[in-house]
Amino acid sequence: MTEPITQDAPDRRAAAARRPASAHVLELPPSTEARRRGGRLLGRHAAPWAFLAPAIVLFALFLAAPIGYSVYLSFRTEKVSGLGLGPGSRQEVWNGVANYVSAVADAEFLASVGRVALYGLLVVPVMLGSALLFALLLDARRTRARRFGRIAIFLPYAVPAVISSLLWGFLYLPGVSPFYWVFERLGWSVPSLFSSHLVMFAVANIAIWGGIGFNMVVIYTSLRSIPSELYEAAELDGASQVGIAWRIKIPIVLPSIIMTFVFSMIATLQVFAEPTTLRPLSNSISTTWTPLMKVYRDAFTRGDLYSAAATSVIIAVATFVLSFGFLRLVQSRAFGQEER
Amino acid sequence: MRLTTGIKAGAALAATALLAAGCSAGSGDAGGTGSGDSSDAAGPVELTFWTWAPNIEKVVDLWNADNPDIQVVVNKQDGGDPAVTKLLTAIEAGSGAPDIMQAEYQKIPQLVSNDAVADISGLLSDDTAGHFADGVWNAVTLGSDAVYAVPQDSGPMQFYYRADIFEKYGLDVPTTWDEYAEVARELHEQDPDKYLGTFSANDAGWFVGLTQQAGASWYGIDGDSWSVNIDSPEVQKVAEYWGGLVEDGVIDNKPMYTPEWNQGLNDGSQVGWLSAIWAPGVLSGNAPDTAGKWKMAPMPQWDVDAPATGAWGGSATAVTSQSEHPEQAARFIEWMNTDPEAVQALVDESGLYPADIPGSEDALSDPPAFFSNQKDFYEIAARTAQTTQPFTYGPNINVAYSAYNDEFAKATEARSADAFVAAVEAMQQVTVDDLVNSGFSVAE
Repeated sequence: MTEPITQDAPDRRAAAARRPASAHVLELPPSTEARRRGGRLLGRHAAPWAFLAPAIVLFALFLAAPIGYSVYLSFRTEKVSGLGLGPGSRQEVWNGVANYVSAVADAEFLASVGRVALYGLLVVPVMLGSALLFALLLDARRTRARRFGRIAIFLPYAVPAVISSLLWGFLYLPGVSPFYWVFERLGWSVPSLFSSHLVMFAVANIAIWGGIGFNMVVIYTSLRSIPSELYEAAELDGASQVGIAWRIKIPIVLPSIIMTFVFSMIATLQVFAEPTTLRPLSNSISTTWTPLMKVYRDAFTRGDLYSAAATSVIIAVATFVLSFGFLRLVQSRAFGQEER
Repeated sequence: MRLTTGIKAGAALAATALLAAGCSAGSGDAGGTGSGDSSDAAGPVELTFWTWAPNIEKVVDLWNADNPDIQVVVNKQDGGDPAVTKLLTAIEAGSGAPDIMQAEYQKIPQLVSNDAVADISGLLSDDTAGHFADGVWNAVTLGSDAVYAVPQDSGPMQFYYRADIFEKYGLDVPTTWDEYAEVARELHEQDPDKYLGTFSANDAGWFVGLTQQAGASWYGIDGDSWSVNIDSPEVQKVAEYWGGLVEDGVIDNKPMYTPEWNQGLNDGSQVGWLSAIWAPGVLSGNAPDTAGKWKMAPMPQWDVDAPATGAWGGSATAVTSQSEHPEQAARFIEWMNTDPEAVQALVDESGLYPADIPGSEDALSDPPAFFSNQKDFYEIAARTAQTTQPFTYGPNINVAYSAYNDEFAKATEARSADAFVAAVEAMQQVTVDDLVNSGFSVAE
């Protein structure tokens, strides 16, 4: 979608060069016959819009309009009168900010936010730490079977979250799990991962298992782009492999790590598939276990699109503020070196 | 560079055009599923029927062969919840709804409240009501003079148990709830791996059936107001009873319909199941190794002198408010659910337990294959079905059900009878708050 702009760039650069009113640029002959003959101004203004049109249309239809509609719905509600049985007993009316007020005052919503925060504290460091470790190991010079290792670590990411949750769900259920079968033979009494204290780890484990591969590939790719002269110089100066990893590799791939951190943070705020798939298997996951599960319950179980829209808007704004706030915070540190 | 850009832009434009075309084609289809195109009274009428009953099209074929002027087209749905969501969306949109809709009993108040189904009381013959048990008929009238659907199948509850294991441990089939608790205790003492049943926080419909048997009705219509009676003495009695069994550890606390539960049915660690008439189908699918080892008995009773049961599952057939041919649609659904030939086909083709009492006596003779060892299977079923207690569902039963999931999940995890009673109180609160919030008038 950025193509039209790049295509137009030389033209614009020429225009910019013309602006300083340096006479010799103005005297340059127009590049093509067509432009000289007329419609030059119109053509120049219409072309970029024509190229942008598909992107604008798709953006407006499938992103801006639904968002706008959700925001509209979040200020509405449906009021029933009497028994609510006859035709016309339901009416959609304006509801001000009441949906927002009840969303932020809802104890279940606040509890789900707390749960997701804890979940993020668990998932993000473990997942990114492991991804970085695996990427560094794969990048180390003495590593064998690099291709196989890379694919093996990446593979869980290719398994859809619903499928992996079902697979792990089987492994967690003591009655059908081969692990618990072994534990029992060994005489160990291992508590069920679905008990209320451990269920957080059960869900986090699935996300970590599925997420390491993707993040590792991102970090690994940026490791591979480091010129080898840097390592040679470091080795000449007597740096160990660990020293190289710590002092050269990690600082250089820091922007990638920050990017994966932002992605992971957003994924954490939106966690839905894993707990939703595990819910019927366990008594410890409620229908409002995460904020998005509450949105789903409100919209599709309770049929209250209006509250669901308000909660979605809150989640979207929180995601936006957190991601951009974090990027602003680290921007000077991570990307500042290039400008310095 | 220029060329590729042009191609890309062209492709994007083409894609946009395709998408736009897709949208308009979609809306065209949606319009077509209604009956708008055949509103001409002279020509044959085409009716669309949303349903998820297996093989129901074979039953419909019988009708279509005899009624060239009223042709019914089956449109298969995924199941009760998604179909209702789809129907309510179509009602909201003003078009796209079918003429005829399969609706589970507990969904009817919600559909009526959203003005999705039509009152067909004037379109049915007078003796239709006489075909059904009072409790079932009440579910389609909501206790009013209107009729919002014709019952199709019902799910009277019975007790299913492993006869071989009962024999092995010398247990008697419980006829009262006291005996059930006794047997549960005895079995679990003899083999700590075995349970007589489980209390499932996942299956609100199952708990409704248990409380229905005890005489509860979660909702009521009180003049112009709804009343919510979830926190009633009857429901509390049932909750306290099960909470006690779970607290003592003699009944399992894991949800039903999990791989672990299936495994338990198959390997004999789940020895009994309080279920409904469709249980043979589930057991043959989930525990195929146990064929011929199960038996069915009436539910354990609170009062042996007044045998009662509840219902779990079952659905009715409704005419939607968007249908332009409610008269023809009503004639079809009356035929499908009360005509002897149709009822026989519902049993043979779709494997349903028909709600129609006169028709089901003839249609149900041989026991289901999985219960071929129990010749009197359908005799017991018919006897228990007649004792189904009346029950009223409310317009936000969906809210009550999801509150059940959350509150009883906590209670079963806590394994305490007090938590079970507290769960009932919380459900009442959530359900009433939602009704009041939506603007329904609610009687205190």
